[in-house]
Amino acid sequence: MSRWKLFVPLGLFALVLGLAAYQLNQPKDDRIVSAMVGKPLPEFALPAALNGGQPVTNAMFADGKPRLLNVWASWCLPCIAEAPQLEALDEAGVEIVGVAIRDKPEDIAAFLETHGDPYSSIGADDLSELQLALGSSGVPETFVIDGQGIIRHQHIGDIRSEHVPELLAELREAQE
Amino acid sequence: MIAEIGLASLWLAAVLALLQLAGGVLAFRTDGTGGENPMGMFIRPAAIVQAFFAACSFVALLYVFAVTDLSVKLVAANSHSAKPMIFKLAGSWGNHEGSMLLWVTVMAFSGALIAALERRLPERMMQATLAAQGFVALGFYAFLLFSSNPFERLEVPAPEGMGLNPLLQDIGLALHPPVLYFGYVGLSVAFSFAVGALLTRQVTPEFARVSRPWVLAAWVCLTMGITAGSYWAYYELGWGGWWFWDPVENASLMPWLAATALLHSISVLAARDALRAWTILLGVIAFSMSMLGTFLVRSGILTSVHAFAVDPERGMFILVLLGIYIGGALLLFGLRAGAVAEGERFAATSREGALVVNNVLLSATLGIVLLGTLYPLLTEAFDVRVSVGPNYFNPVSAIFVLPMLVVMAIGPLLRWRRDRLERVMKPLALLTVIGAVVLAIVALVADIAFLPLVGLALAAILAVASFIPLRRRKLTRVPLATWGMVVAHFGIAVALFGMASESAFSSERLAALEVGETAQAGPWRVTLNGVDPVAGPNWTALEGRLAVRAEDASRTSEPIMMAPQSRTFWAPVQQTTESALATRWNGQLYAVLGNQLDDGRWQLRLWWKPFVTFIWYGGLLIAFGGVLSIIGRVRKDLTRRSVRSRLASRRADERALEAAA
Amino acid sequence: MKGFAILLALLAATPSLAQDSMPPAPYAYNQLDDPAQEAEARELMESLRCLTCQSQSIADSDAPMAGDMRHQVRSRIASGEHPEHIRGWMMERYGDYISYEPRMSRTTWPLFAVPLLLILVAGIALSRRLRRSKAEPS
Repeated sequence: MSRWKLFVPLGLFALVLGLAAYQLNQPKDDRIVSAMVGKPLPEFALPAALNGGQPVTNAMFADGKPRLLNVWASWCLPCIAEAPQLEALDEAGVEIVGVAIRDKPEDIAAFLETHGDPYSSIGADDLSELQLALGSSGVPETFVIDGQGIIRHQHIGDIRSEHVPELLAELREAQE
Repeated sequence: MIAEIGLASLWLAAVLALLQLAGGVLAFRTDGTGGENPMGMFIRPAAIVQAFFAACSFVALLYVFAVTDLSVKLVAANSHSAKPMIFKLAGSWGNHEGSMLLWVTVMAFSGALIAALERRLPERMMQATLAAQGFVALGFYAFLLFSSNPFERLEVPAPEGMGLNPLLQDIGLALHPPVLYFGYVGLSVAFSFAVGALLTRQVTPEFARVSRPWVLAAWVCLTMGITAGSYWAYYELGWGGWWFWDPVENASLMPWLAATALLHSISVLAARDALRAWTILLGVIAFSMSMLGTFLVRSGILTSVHAFAVDPERGMFILVLLGIYIGGALLLFGLRAGAVAEGERFAATSREGALVVNNVLLSATLGIVLLGTLYPLLTEAFDVRVSVGPNYFNPVSAIFVLPMLVVMAIGPLLRWRRDRLERVMKPLALLTVIGAVVLAIVALVADIAFLPLVGLALAAILAVASFIPLRRRKLTRVPLATWGMVVAHFGIAVALFGMASESAFSSERLAALEVGETAQAGPWRVTLNGVDPVAGPNWTALEGRLAVRAEDASRTSEPIMMAPQSRTFWAPVQQTTESALATRWNGQLYAVLGNQLDDGRWQLRLWWKPFVTFIWYGGLLIAFGGVLSIIGRVRKDLTRRSVRSRLASRRADERALEAAA
Repeated sequence: MKGFAILLALLAATPSLAQDSMPPAPYAYNQLDDPAQEAEARELMESLRCLTCQSQSIADSDAPMAGDMRHQVRSRIASGEHPEHIRGWMMERYGDYISYEPRMSRTTWPLFAVPLLLILVAGIALSRRLRRSKAEPS
């Protein structure tokens, strides 16, 4: 065996060690990013989540106006945390379309009663079908959809107050 | 007070490990330049006293858990006064700090054992070995004392403990980690021997014989640990799976693969004085895999459940230890292995030849598992996330495992040094026929996937092949170690049969039943007789009463009763499913009680898994074979030693007589 | 062992993730009537990652989203879709991460190259070691 070959194990080990050390010091990013960003919305037609509400379809998004698509649920606690921020976005003139995941009309109504209703319309996604089609992996998540119905941005987790300007900027960008 | 005694003992043990290391280094450096360094004489006593203090420390930990001393942080975080005593004790090692303390305690005991008893090797090599052992131990003591102190007090004692996770309140799991740790420690001893051999440039058959029982013991423990862990995951998690190639599972499989390779190459070194450098390298790799496993599990770097991970600082600590020990040993290997002569030669068709093939293929399998386990980590460095699962591991590892199993059937039939295939033609023909017949029958009768099909055929071949080495031998005179090999190889066949059969023939039935209704699962008819609330010491549960009858049995025949539960623990609050198992000789019926639907029906998950139990029977047989080998080897060593000492004393007597005359 | 990971997941799961009160999707806990289709579905479900539990396949999880994904898989297979097509659909949305069966791509080629390399190295090592020893029997 030639000499250098004896150091091959050490080299391989150093590689593994280096990788492990590097990754250990990286902040762990557990978010699962949707691969749909940049692509058009999938075709869908959700029934209204509230009695007497509007159904939600992908066709709604192709009228030239950017919107937010908020995937949420009344049983989700972080959704309560982001309610004021959605309220603020609504007041800033942003149209927010809601998608309620695995939810009941009475629970939704109660939630909106307590935490405010920023939504222009809410669709019911009882089998998480739209959620899966969007590549979303939890609640809440918020998508920026441009006027042609293209998904421009995905926000994972609840919207904190510092995220509001970011989303507004994304919406402006989608306008152009 | 007890906790402080425990901590003090730990410090003392650490100091003794330092003494053991320092003594070894001094003795090693001055030796050869004239006379022995007096420090050398401290090494063995230091190892023995160190074990005593480590044991004191561990007993102190057991005590604070037994009395649920809630002023100790670890107890408050992991125990609860309402827990059954056995789980209070098990709780002491069911957490990071406690398990590390258990590790060093066992390690100190192994060190004491070799320090007290092992006299076969040259003293210089023993000193180097014990110094290496002290060095490794020192790192773990430092880890405990500086970043994982199990005896840390709370300023204000907690009013009540946080409880132990209910999934861990299980006797199988209570025993599972310590058994794995014993295995890891055994590999650390083999590692120390390998370093000692490298340092003194004495990679001899004697070195192989001395370290072999440790490798064997480690391998037995790893085998049992994996078997138990797999069975635990199978019945506790409630989905009927027994192996998922999860990073944590792989972390326990990798040391086993390395240890298996080491076990075989060390046999070649002991019997034939060949494969010297390779054996040393495997010794280092085996221990590095056990440390890597510990790192992966403890740092949580791979599973996305990083949030729980003991802070990255601890992961970094283990990583630094890993770098020092394994990096150092591999560096030493690179520098020294060139000077280690290759050893005796042998022909391709020989026992050694077969073992070399086994070693290469095992190492390649290890490489695949390592690659698949670490690859997601690599892509994450580039912000891409990938998953590597069974659909990758199964076929890719089969590339190496299947030929290895074939060689495993043939190898033991060959003679050492050189042999001719013609000599073993008859058994080979027999095995080929068996394999072909099983393959043909199974392929005709059932429509199953390729891998299980080949698995069934190979299992049949191996089952027969493992006993062929016994033919034409007087069974009472076959050495115990040979019996060990036969049993262990047969165990592989049994486990393989179980795995193939489970994956080929399992049938699943998901049913929603009203009370009184019946569902069919495989050849069984399962009737839901009722669902009742029951209460345990720290949980309440809904318990399903299932009456199970064979398909062809009459309606009035005595049924098998099964009682799967859906448990709710209250400290901490958590729901678990307790599956119910009905074990028959030819398989297991597995039942899980799910939720109640709005219409009042109950969800049941039922599986009939033919011969699934053979997986774990096989695991036990493999471990038992290892135990037989250890007994055989150690007994042989003891007789050899007593013969030698008798010879020596007779010679001394003769000399005395001559002198007198 | 796998349990260990799940256990960690349980511990890590923030208590803020409340459960919904909806009944599970029709095909979350119900099998397809056709055993061949169910077997296909089962095989696919075992190799798709549960997104909310992260260390389990959707076949082994009680998470509601895993149930919805099982429903999606079963109902599509029932309507005649090919399993690999469904896998492709999922990967289009969630990337390579969702599938436990890595596909050859720009990011995963080493997973397939290294085994080939190992075969090569093992073959060379064996043939050299064994042939040489045959050539010069001691």
